[in-house]
Amino acid sequence: MTAKIFSKKEWTQALEELKQAYRVFAPVKDGDFHTFMPLENGKQPDFDYPNSRLSPKSLVYPESERMFEFSLDESDSDAYILKEAPKDFSPQAVVGIRPCDSHAFQIVKRNFDNPEYQDPYWVQHFESTTLVGLGCNTPCSTCFCTEVGGDPFSEHGLDALMIDLGESYLVKALTDKGEAFLNSASGGNSADDAGLQKAEELAASAREQIKVSVPTDKLQDKVATDLFEAPFWEEVAFACLNCGTCTYLCPTCWCFDIQDEISGKRGDRIRNWDSCMFPLFTLHGSGHNPRDQKHQRVRQRFMHKLKYYVDKYQDGVQCSGCGRCVRYCPVNIDIREVCRKMNEF
Amino acid sequence: MIEYGEKIREIALKLLKNKEVDVFIGYKKGTVPMMNEPVLITDPDQVESLYWDSFCALNLCNYLTKRTDKIGIVATGCNSRNIATHIVENQIKRDQLYIVGVPCEGMIDHRAVMRTIKQREITDIREEGDRFTVVGKDFEETFEKKTFLQNNCATCTHRNPVIYDEMVGEPVEEQTDVAPFKDVEKIEQMAPEKRQGFFARLTSRCLRCYACRNACPLCYCPTCFVDESTPQWVGKSIDPTDTLTFHFLRAYHCAGRCTDCGACERVCPVGIKMRQFTKKLNKDCQELFSWEAGLTLDQRPPLDVYSPDDYNEFIK
Repeated sequence: MTAKIFSKKEWTQALEELKQAYRVFAPVKDGDFHTFMPLENGKQPDFDYPNSRLSPKSLVYPESERMFEFSLDESDSDAYILKEAPKDFSPQAVVGIRPCDSHAFQIVKRNFDNPEYQDPYWVQHFESTTLVGLGCNTPCSTCFCTEVGGDPFSEHGLDALMIDLGESYLVKALTDKGEAFLNSASGGNSADDAGLQKAEELAASAREQIKVSVPTDKLQDKVATDLFEAPFWEEVAFACLNCGTCTYLCPTCWCFDIQDEISGKRGDRIRNWDSCMFPLFTLHGSGHNPRDQKHQRVRQRFMHKLKYYVDKYQDGVQCSGCGRCVRYCPVNIDIREVCRKMNEF
Repeated sequence: MIEYGEKIREIALKLLKNKEVDVFIGYKKGTVPMMNEPVLITDPDQVESLYWDSFCALNLCNYLTKRTDKIGIVATGCNSRNIATHIVENQIKRDQLYIVGVPCEGMIDHRAVMRTIKQREITDIREEGDRFTVVGKDFEETFEKKTFLQNNCATCTHRNPVIYDEMVGEPVEEQTDVAPFKDVEKIEQMAPEKRQGFFARLTSRCLRCYACRNACPLCYCPTCFVDESTPQWVGKSIDPTDTLTFHFLRAYHCAGRCTDCGACERVCPVGIKMRQFTKKLNKDCQELFSWEAGLTLDQRPPLDVYSPDDYNEFIK
């Protein structure tokens, strides 16, 4: 596979040209934080960033997505018939995504693209996407990717990986999609041994910097009902506001709700993100709510990520260690602490 | 303010040991810099975890709603005003509470700190008197606290608790030379179209996560209007009209009840300044009814009462 070194200026220029073939998304400075935005209207990428505030999951799985549209006008021959709403599945490239967020796409894929069920929208968005990662030279203090099967330079799920060598980027193609992307980029030189060597050193140094320990080794052997009945849930949940910050910022939370919205004689069927933190999430038509209490909802979030997923897929936890929920939970409920409690229970 | 921690621990220990309260609500030190976690303590052995510094900017009154036990609670000026509002609105009884009053010098705006240190990673923050030191991997900088106060704290005129059973320190001087509504006046002067654009931009990042609503002690409805499904009043997508409807209605529900504690803005994951809405209503309540929320236990909020001898003409 191709590996090239671009000066930073060359790379920005190459992305500009790649816009002819792809809708190019990259981290853009957006006030106090970074957001993945399409590079249009003069928006400049800023790859010197810790991670985006919101995970890039919305580029494949939008917060609100129009699935169908329909007419309620009985004089229309197709009144009440659901028709596919137009969607943009043209090629898009997400450039500068962190390896934890790429790992997260692979976790989410289990839900939306598996042998039993393929979600047509997620699958088409994902397949039209080229993921160009950016190795983390300096992981944040809240990062714990190495504890949950990831790595600051992991290539898992990526089509290409960028490595910041200081004055330049080493860009390695990892899949055919990545190869096609890199071959469409003008400029750059074949990566030399010095560049590849430096990339190795940066990766080793980044791994060294993640000091936190979040053991997950005993989760699988626990009896789910024992953990469910564990005495610590009310204490863990006390501070929780039951807001959607953790689930909406999380790159691996995949739950959604479907709503019909009507305006005049026409309507849309919309898929919206949903959150297990909200009471409405489990409210039955009868009025009964099986997760009526705050601690039940908090327990569900952690049990799903750290136990039910572990049991169902036998391949680690439903968390990529990005640390967004740790950093932005308004009341400092820390998944690393909860995971320790569950693992030790 | 860091020294209040010792006094809070001392009082909590006394209350729990003597069984004067069943539970004690305060903060414990957070696992990440500039964050602390609200905590409920029942065992005198746990009081050591209680903590105080200038990042205790949530509103603990939020955790009182409809509790039935006897509670010790830490309260700053604004938190105590919300407790007063809770008592008036029958969400908690005064005799259930032992209020540990904190004379507050204002909370530090964590976003302003991050901006100043150019979003670099913080490993530790040390607070000493009216200064604080931010430590990172390759930097250490000391700042004056008063230049980093949260916007609501910088213009606060009720720093001392209005109701309390015991204070953790001497009252602090109240600020008088402040202009809390300058920003609102600016918006009032905008032409309607410009104002509409301003509000649209203000809320454009909203994720509908409801952190602002849930961090607010005023929002205790069993079912919020945005969660009603039969009938459904507001759309659930991120359609801008629905999002703005949520923010407007939330603000109106807080009219005459909001203490401008700033918890809503503090918790927003995308930094929306939704106090622009609630402050307008606070200003109206001051101008129309000479009212500030939570200063008394003897009066209900103005939009909650009808009086035949109301001095306003429009109500007659």
